[in-house]
Amino acid sequence: MSMIFGVPIAVLSGQLLLGLINGAFYALLSLGLAVIFGLLKIINFAHGAFYMLGALCTVVLFNTLGVNYWVALILAPLIVGVLGVLIEFFLLRKIANEDHIYSLLLTFGLALVIQGVLTNIYGVSGLRYPIPEVFRGGVNLGFMFLPYYRAWVIVAALVVCIGTWFMIEKTKLGSYLRAGTENSQLMQAFGINVPLLVSLTYGFGVMLAAFAGVLAAPIYSVTPVMGANILIIVFAVVVIGGMGSILGAVITGLAMGIIEGLTKVFYPEASSTVIFLVMVLVLLVRPSGLFGKEA
Amino acid sequence: MKIMKKLLSAAIASALIATTAQAAISDNEIRIGYLADMSGTYRDLAGPNGLVALQMAVEDVGGQVNGANIRVVSADDRNSPDVASSTVRQWVENDGVDMVAGLVASSVTIAATRILEQSNRLGIVSGSAASSITNEHCTPNHIHYVYDTYPLANGTAQAVVQEGGDSWFILTADYAFGHALEGDVEKVVTANGGTIVQKVRHPFPTGDFSSFILQAQSSGAKVVALANAGSDTTNAITTAGEFGLTQSGQTLAALLLFLTDVHALGVQAAQGIQLTTGWYWDMDDDARAWSDRFMQRTGVRPTMVHAGIYSSTVHYLNAVKEAGTDEAQAVRQQMMNTPINDMFAKGGYIREDGRMVHDMYLAQVKTPAESKDEWDLYKIVRTIPGDEAYRPLSESQCKLVNN
Repeated sequence: MSMIFGVPIAVLSGQLLLGLINGAFYALLSLGLAVIFGLLKIINFAHGAFYMLGALCTVVLFNTLGVNYWVALILAPLIVGVLGVLIEFFLLRKIANEDHIYSLLLTFGLALVIQGVLTNIYGVSGLRYPIPEVFRGGVNLGFMFLPYYRAWVIVAALVVCIGTWFMIEKTKLGSYLRAGTENSQLMQAFGINVPLLVSLTYGFGVMLAAFAGVLAAPIYSVTPVMGANILIIVFAVVVIGGMGSILGAVITGLAMGIIEGLTKVFYPEASSTVIFLVMVLVLLVRPSGLFGKEA
Repeated sequence: MKIMKKLLSAAIASALIATTAQAAISDNEIRIGYLADMSGTYRDLAGPNGLVALQMAVEDVGGQVNGANIRVVSADDRNSPDVASSTVRQWVENDGVDMVAGLVASSVTIAATRILEQSNRLGIVSGSAASSITNEHCTPNHIHYVYDTYPLANGTAQAVVQEGGDSWFILTADYAFGHALEGDVEKVVTANGGTIVQKVRHPFPTGDFSSFILQAQSSGAKVVALANAGSDTTNAITTAGEFGLTQSGQTLAALLLFLTDVHALGVQAAQGIQLTTGWYWDMDDDARAWSDRFMQRTGVRPTMVHAGIYSSTVHYLNAVKEAGTDEAQAVRQQMMNTPINDMFAKGGYIREDGRMVHDMYLAQVKTPAESKDEWDLYKIVRTIPGDEAYRPLSESQCKLVNN
């Protein structure tokens, strides 16, 4: 068998594919962060909590009302999205004109509160959610066994990522959004309800996080702390990609998934730090991120 | 004048009595600090319910010992040795805490016991697993009560090797506990004629285990051993199931599983897994009776750590009573002199290295058909006598043992 650095190519291709799948999660989460930061200039530290709420909502809806996976895929992000809109309306709006640090602290505090309350109710051992019937089992690709569900994750994540990018960069609604953040007074003079647009944008970013949560529910143990662990990584991804760059967030997310996956083969002890190493290097060379506009 | 003299001597005498009473029990109060992960990945196996177990012990002793009240304080160590060090230092230096209970993550315990040794207070470790805690990290100021990695390796690994699982892939959590468990397992496997094919160390905690499971599959080892704990273990087991690890003929050995982990996995996912435990709530009448009381208070069945916290605290308070002091060395000696016979252990005893030696149990997770309710999870396959289960003193590197 041919080898690369003592690792069989077959094993390596498997790891690349898995890295891509994990990268899809990073992409989906960093996309939401990038939308919220890029359009609203809010540093959303509650993003991990919304991801967790999406997953938890899926499990709770299933356990109490028997809501199936496909309905949850729509319903859970909607519920969490509405919560996001309420948070924007009642809290974030009050500090919209303050420094970024205020929104950072507010959302960080919110995340801790949500996480703490839910930990008291659900504990941390993790709730289980069965993999949907159609995705049970998998296919042997020759170099690895690929569970159908993981294949679905990457398809679903990519479709949502590309759809979001298209909507914001290529549609009329997207141009309103971008214009509204550039010059909200002018937009309001044109008769566009900018505050509503802001609320909806925040809600949409939150929905993206919750959607990732639903995708995660069947394969990871669902606990109130699951968001805190992933949030810092996702922030690193956004910083590497360039704060606010939507395409940058998606591409960097996938790339970081692959880099992390390879590290797990060659030097697993460093797999939790490699992304931060990349972040340091990128900040040294290109402080505005790989895809960020030079200030 | 005579009256003055009498009064004076009476005053001196009573002052003397007061000071001797104070010397017996410092501050005339027994202060117990409960240090554990209250919010992170090890919350459920000890956490807030461990504090309930501790309070049950205090209540059962009557809330006071020799007229001195018992006060309990608690803190979240957040699985951080730094947080643990600063908390214990504050407890000892400012709050006059006499004994620290709980102690879960091994790295936290090693940091905390160092400070307890410097300040001569007592630590009773109920949550940690690393056998190094009573080996190279032993101090005259702590006792390791419930279990450690040596019997975990001894019980589970030996059983699996004897069933024909002779080539091993070990997936290890990359910190003190994981390293200790990995070392102990390696010894048991090779001593029983098995080989270690590959060892991989994963960061703690890890969210996604698919990459490691894939490495385990391509290693060709017959046994994939998980030398980790808590959500790392349950995540790895779920992912192994998803990637069809056992269907392709490999055996999964979880070396440390708590009741709360198995409960979270459910019998459907966890059925048949063999594990070693220091105690099980349904193992005898005493255990059941205490578990019923615990469940009334908490709504859940206790883990071996919860039971150990209760048992060790009662044992500690009885020792304070017998010794008439809360001075660490006197109490530890008294605890060593008294055998432990309660709902947790029968004929348990504490060795000079601080290890509490008691029987361990090889258990198997029940099948959905066997399990009567959500907490009816284990059947005990074999009892491992305490002296067989734990590292013999002859192999000890502890400074308190003359080898």
